[in-house]
Order: sequence, then structure tokens, then C-alpha cells
Amino acid sequence: MDLTTLAGDDTRGNVVRLCAKAANPVRKDLLEAMGMADAGITTGAVCVYHNLIPYAVEALKGTNIPIAAVSTGFPAGQISLPEKLKEIELSVASGAKEIDIVISRTLVLQSDWKALYDEIAACRKACGEAHMKTILATGEIPTFTKVAKASMVAMMAGSDFIKTSTGKESVNATLPVTLVMVRMIREYLELTGYKVGYKPAGGIAKAKDALNYLILMKEELGHDWLQPDLFRFGASSLLGDIERQLEHYVTGRYSASYRHPMA
Amino acid sequence: MSIKEIYQTMEYGPAPESNKESVAFLDSHKRKFSLFINGKWTKPSSGEYFESFSPATTQKLAQIAEANEKDVDDAVKAAKKALKPWVELGGHSRARYLYAIARQIQKHSRNFAVLESMDNGKPIRETRDIDIPLVARHFYHHAGWAQLMDTEMKDYKEIGVIGQIIPWNFPMLMLAWKIAPALAMGNTVVLKPAEFTSLTALLFADICKQVGLPDGVVNIITGHGGTGAALVNHPDVSKIAFTGSTEVGKIIRRATAGTGKKISLELGGKSPFIVFEDADLDSVVEGIVDAIWFNQGQVCCAGSRLLVQESVAEKLYSKIRARMETLRVGDSLDKSVDIGAIVAPIQLKTIEDLVQKGKDDGNICWQPSWTCPKEGYFYPPTLFTNVSPSSIIAQEEIFGPVLVAMSFRSHSEAVKLANNTRYGLASSIWTENINLALDIAPQIKAGTVWINCSNVFDRRDLVDIESQVMVEKAAKRACTNM
Repeated sequence: MDLTTLAGDDTRGNVVRLCAKAANPVRKDLLEAMGMADAGITTGAVCVYHNLIPYAVEALKGTNIPIAAVSTGFPAGQISLPEKLKEIELSVASGAKEIDIVISRTLVLQSDWKALYDEIAACRKACGEAHMKTILATGEIPTFTKVAKASMVAMMAGSDFIKTSTGKESVNATLPVTLVMVRMIREYLELTGYKVGYKPAGGIAKAKDALNYLILMKEELGHDWLQPDLFRFGASSLLGDIERQLEHYVTGRYSASYRHPMA
Repeated sequence: MSIKEIYQTMEYGPAPESNKESVAFLDSHKRKFSLFINGKWTKPSSGEYFESFSPATTQKLAQIAEANEKDVDDAVKAAKKALKPWVELGGHSRARYLYAIARQIQKHSRNFAVLESMDNGKPIRETRDIDIPLVARHFYHHAGWAQLMDTEMKDYKEIGVIGQIIPWNFPMLMLAWKIAPALAMGNTVVLKPAEFTSLTALLFADICKQVGLPDGVVNIITGHGGTGAALVNHPDVSKIAFTGSTEVGKIIRRATAGTGKKISLELGGKSPFIVFEDADLDSVVEGIVDAIWFNQGQVCCAGSRLLVQESVAEKLYSKIRARMETLRVGDSLDKSVDIGAIVAPIQLKTIEDLVQKGKDDGNICWQPSWTCPKEGYFYPPTLFTNVSPSSIIAQEEIFGPVLVAMSFRSHSEAVKLANNTRYGLASSIWTENINLALDIAPQIKAGTVWINCSNVFDRRDLVDIESQVMVEKAAKRACTNM
């Protein structure tokens, strides 16, 4: 899971808190009860806006948790390409190990696949060593066919992950759109031998929803896509529900949310 | 397995559905079921009972009464006596009973689903999400027709006492297909469920009692072929409705010929599943899972003959094999199982024999690397490729989870191969090109053509153009064809 906060009112305070939660996502007594205390459970990354990267860097010192930064005029992507590239470079320089870019939906709507490829390839170059996740914003793409094509273009242009949504569209990650995107990942693997990761984001708030996604990944792509190097949830409130479900598993009872340390 | 191990392997665990309510139902009849005649549980005059087993566990479920000629006669007499008052009730009043039955089925849907799964071996996921919800919808739908009979079907008269003989592959759904329209139109019925799967029909009898359905309107008699023959030959039966094997269908047709009895038959199939090169192959694979591995392939309209355009054949085969590897066969009451058990050892043997013949004919047989559970009557999903139309597995209905595949070169050859069968029940066409689909569909000699889907059902009949001659207008037809 990429534990995420992407709000206008983010400050150093809540980002530091989020990072602390990322390092200790589940109450220790629950982990002990499940025999998982020594399993090194953390979130996959912490995902923040560019401005807040330095605070996250400081807060995550001593952990192996990477910082993901949303970039390229997130969430709408309505800035010029040079500005997008500059933003990526700045984020990488500030210490982001992962960059979540947004594509220009205009290019998808106009079926200008070549321009889309060039844009994403330029972003890839700007990312350098950083891991690049490409957000398609599928809620703003009108057909599954276009989602499939945009997925393929994003992978061809060098994305490490393809990601559904910013969490800011009116419709975010859904299972049908996931099916389309993961089948394109499978197609790309068959054609090239490269494994590309998948990140559904936005609207996945319940442990049960998360399980549906995990089952879909296991069925369509297999066990490798249940690992953090190829699969992440982009979520802010999901962790809270997972903790409550784990407590239910351990104790047989549901706890109130205030019994779990907040992020 | 410890949590840590599960976390690493991410293997599925068991997800059993509780069978408590269904066990309570069986126990409430002391696991020994009588015949449901004239609204009463009646001991069989033969004094004979036979065993009913759960195919997924081989566990004995109950003893079922064997009805002989005398019992059949009693049941038909009861139905005949109930006929006149049932007709005179009128459509609106009959609709009230049908609505009540539909509501009770919904209320007891979990019990029906679990019992059906135990009795037949089909996955609980299917009975819970498909069979039983559809059963309730059929009763609601025909309650509507009963209400409309006075205005929409003025000239229609009831047929009389209808003898209904149904198969084991969709026990409750077939019961609904037969009983709901018959009752709506003012007929009374004597229904014989298949000997392997009588239990949900008996639970249905309990429901009929609960809603206060007049005695004799629905009679459920259990037994083997002899019971069915007695029903077919009874002089007071005005119509025989049969769904089942082609072989038995022919016997019934012969037996009723010249007697003035009406007849409707819904028999076997070897339905083509035609894939053109521009189809979305990932969707095709899921369509195939639905066509041939739904209900273990024990479906009359199963898409059991895969015809695929040469240019994409190998690609599709490898996708199918990858999908087969992830299918899960197991206990029918496990909520995460894709394929349940084969209904009975005799059916399992039929499948095994036909697969052996397919191998002997030199066709290429492929099965997943995993093995089926040892207890219970299971058969793995099976794919035959490079099958020639002359091979027996390309012609005979296997009625099991076995797909036979062959390729075609041109559109016209696809049509020829599709129509190269003595059946003609269903078919499906897969292409992203609407013009091609509309060109091919009318050329396929089958009663149903699905485009980019398979096994899509609502309240309407399957019509086999070869062996059935029952064509009226859409939904009204369903009312006359019970």
C-alpha cells in the first residue's frame, strides 16, 4: 500500500504523522498475536505532494520506506510539458524515489497516441533512477478500448507501474477498469517479457474491497503481482479498516476506529 | 498453516458454506421422504425407497420413495380432481399463489441453494447466485402472466393435467420452468424430479404446503425411469413435458404418438462456440469457462464445440490452458470453488469413457497439472485440440467438463462446421465486428445464438430447431410450453 495524503491542507505535522504510521502500520499486539511481529510489516511507500517531500524524507530516515511524489501538474495535468519535466526533476532531487505522473487526458480523448508516448517517454527520462507510475485517470477516459490503448502506450514508454486514478476524479479505481488494465499488463508481458506493476487508487477504503483486488490480481496475473514491487494500493483510509479486520480476526470482536493509532 | 506462511504463499483457504439449515430440513423428514400427493406426504405403495447421495462427499443424504404405477395413478387422480376448481379460481387468484411461492423461495433461498449444491454437486456459488434467484424470478414472471391471461391470452385454455419429467442438472430451475407456467395457465401438475436430485423438489413441496396451495395442484412423485414411464403412459395426463436426454426423449415421443397427448421435449446439444480472429481473446476465455465449465459442463446448451479461426487458434489454446490451470475443483459447498462434482458415478464413467475414445481417436488431450480431490465424483476440466469432425467426441454430447476444439479457415467453413451436427440447440459467436456477427448468426442452425456471451438466460424457452417444433411468440410461448 502507498499510504497517501494529497490534500490542500497537508502540513509538516500530518505528513510526519503519516510517515510514523507507515513505519508501524498495525498495532504491535495484533502483529504479535498473529506471529507477524518480526515480519517487518510497513507500507509500500508514503505518497505526498512535492512540497512535503523534505518532511517525509526526515520522518522516514532509518526506514526502507520510499517516498512517492505525485508530479506533472497533479491531478489534472494541465500544465506544459517542460513544467512537468521540471517538477519531476525537482521531486527526484528532493528525495522522492517514486514518481506518480498524470497523463494528458486530452491526448487520449483525441487518440493522439504518438504524442502521449512522447510525453510519457520524456517523463521517464526525467525520472532517471526513480520508479515511475503512470496515472491514466480512467474516470476521465470514456471507453475501455481507450483505457487499454493508453495502458499499452504508457508501458511502451517505460512506465514501471500503471495506475488508475489520482483519487480526485469523480470515478476512481473500479474492478472492470482494473481487469482491462491488468490484461494489458499480461499482453505486454507476453509481447516483451517485461513485468509492469499495477496500482489501483481512489475509493478503495475497505479491507473487503482490497481482497477483491488481490483475488483479481492473483487470478489474472499470478502471485508475482501480490508483491509490493508489482502491486500497490493508493489509499488513505484503507489501512484503518484493515486494522479493524485484523483485530476482529485476533479477538473475534470489532473495535472502534479510535482504538487504532491514527495516521 | 501459520499466518506468516499464508502471507508468503497467498494460497486460498477453504471457504465452507454452512449446511445447518438444510441438514435440519432433511432431519425434519427423518431423512426418509414420502411422495407428495394431494397435498399430503404419502408413503409409496411399493414400500420401496432408494438412497440419495451427495456427489461431492459421497455421503448419504436421505432415502427417497420409489413411486410405482399405483402411486402415479393416485397423483394423476389428485391432479385431475384439483383441475376444475383451480381453473375456476381465475388468473388473478392463481397469481396470488404464484407470488406467494416466489416470495417463499426468496425467503428460503439459502436453504434451497445449499440443499441443491449438496444434492447435485454443483458449486454453491452457482446455486446461490444463478439457479435459485432465477427460480424465484420465473415464479414472479408467470404470476404476472396469470394476471394478464384474461386480457392478453383470452383464447387460451388450460391443457389439463401435465406430467413433467425433469433432469438432474438444474433440478430447481427445471422445476420452475415447468411448474410456474403450467400453474399460471390453470393446469395442475404431476412432477417427477430426477432420481439423483429429488431433494429440492421435496423442499418445494413443503413450500407449496406453507403457502396453502390447494391440494392436488402440485404433486411430486419420486422414482426412476419406471415411474416416469407410468406417468407418460397414464391416460389422464394431457401433456408430457420432458427435459433430459435425447434417448429418453425419443422413447417418450414414441410412447405418446397417436394418444392425443401434447408433448414438449428439451433434449441434448453439441453447441458450437465460434471464435473469429478479431475477437477479444481474453473475454473469449471467460466465455468458454462459462460455456463449458459452468455446472461441470452438464448443461444441455453447453458450448462444447470450440471452433476457432486458424490464425488465432494456438494463441487461444494457450490462453485457455493457462486459465484451466487456475480453475479450482472441489467441495460444492466451498464458496471459492469454480467446478463442483459430477452428479453420479454413472455420469463420471460416461465422461471417462468418451475422453478415452477421444484419446484413442488420436486427438490431443490436455488437463491441468493439479489433481482433483480423491473423495467425491470429480473430473478435471479437459481440452481436446486438433479434433476432427469425424471423431466421436466431436459428435456425441459428453455432458461433462470436456471442451473439444477445432480450427476453421474461412467464415463459410465456420458455418459449415457449426452446422455439422444432428443437434441445434444453442451457439455463440465471438467477434468485435458487428457486421460479421450479424452475417453469421442467421446462418447457424440453432434455436439460440449468443453474440459475445454464452448461457445468458431469462424466462424464455430453449428451442432446438431439429428436435422440437414449438414456436409461438416470445414470452407467450413460454406460457404454453411448460
